[in-house]
Amino acid sequence: MLELHDGSLHVNTILAEWYAKISDKNYGAFIPFVGIVRDEDGIDGLSFDIYEPILNNWFNAWQEKAKAQSAYLLMAHSRGDVLNHTSSYIAAVVSPKRKVALKMINDFVEDFKANAPIWKYDLVEGKRVYAKERSHVLSGSGLLKADA
Amino acid sequence: MAKVEFLGPLGRPSIEVDIANLSELKTFFKEDKELQDWLSICAVAVNDTLVCDLNIPLCKEDKISLLPPVCGG
Repeated sequence: MLELHDGSLHVNTILAEWYAKISDKNYGAFIPFVGIVRDEDGIDGLSFDIYEPILNNWFNAWQEKAKAQSAYLLMAHSRGDVLNHTSSYIAAVVSPKRKVALKMINDFVEDFKANAPIWKYDLVEGKRVYAKERSHVLSGSGLLKADA
Repeated sequence: MAKVEFLGPLGRPSIEVDIANLSELKTFFKEDKELQDWLSICAVAVNDTLVCDLNIPLCKEDKISLLPPVCGG
């Protein structure tokens, strides 16, 4: 299940809804990860652009991997501005087995950081500044660069 | 005309170009100095699938997306 929200995530509401959704499905483990925007380097918060078609494809491929291990993935992410000390990202894995879920949440979040088509900006004095240095190039980058 | 989208921080409106493959798009962008800096770090998707082959044939209904480096979460 993938949810996109405008602005900061309402963590308590989202986690409560997810727990209500999965608690009677006989999963033994529910492992959530909540990302919170930190106050650092003078930023007021972060801002995000998302390309939904490829994000959906990426997420659905992960859901198939989870299904193969009898697990299920849930994810919520913000669009637009998210101020410091609020959440922009929640991911969770539910699984009959704790060890499967613990490994999968780590692998899923790592792959999310590297491959999900989301662009991050720092909010500085009301402006969006692309977080280029913290971003990851995708596979095949440079294909259209002119030959030297 | 194939549609080209400039995603995220590229911040440009979409354009339509008459091209038969990505190699022709590469040539089309050759003189765009500002874009060249981005192209060295941009991935390319055709109809929402990342590609790494300049010779994939394109038709007028195709959508090409340029994706700068990403950082979710």
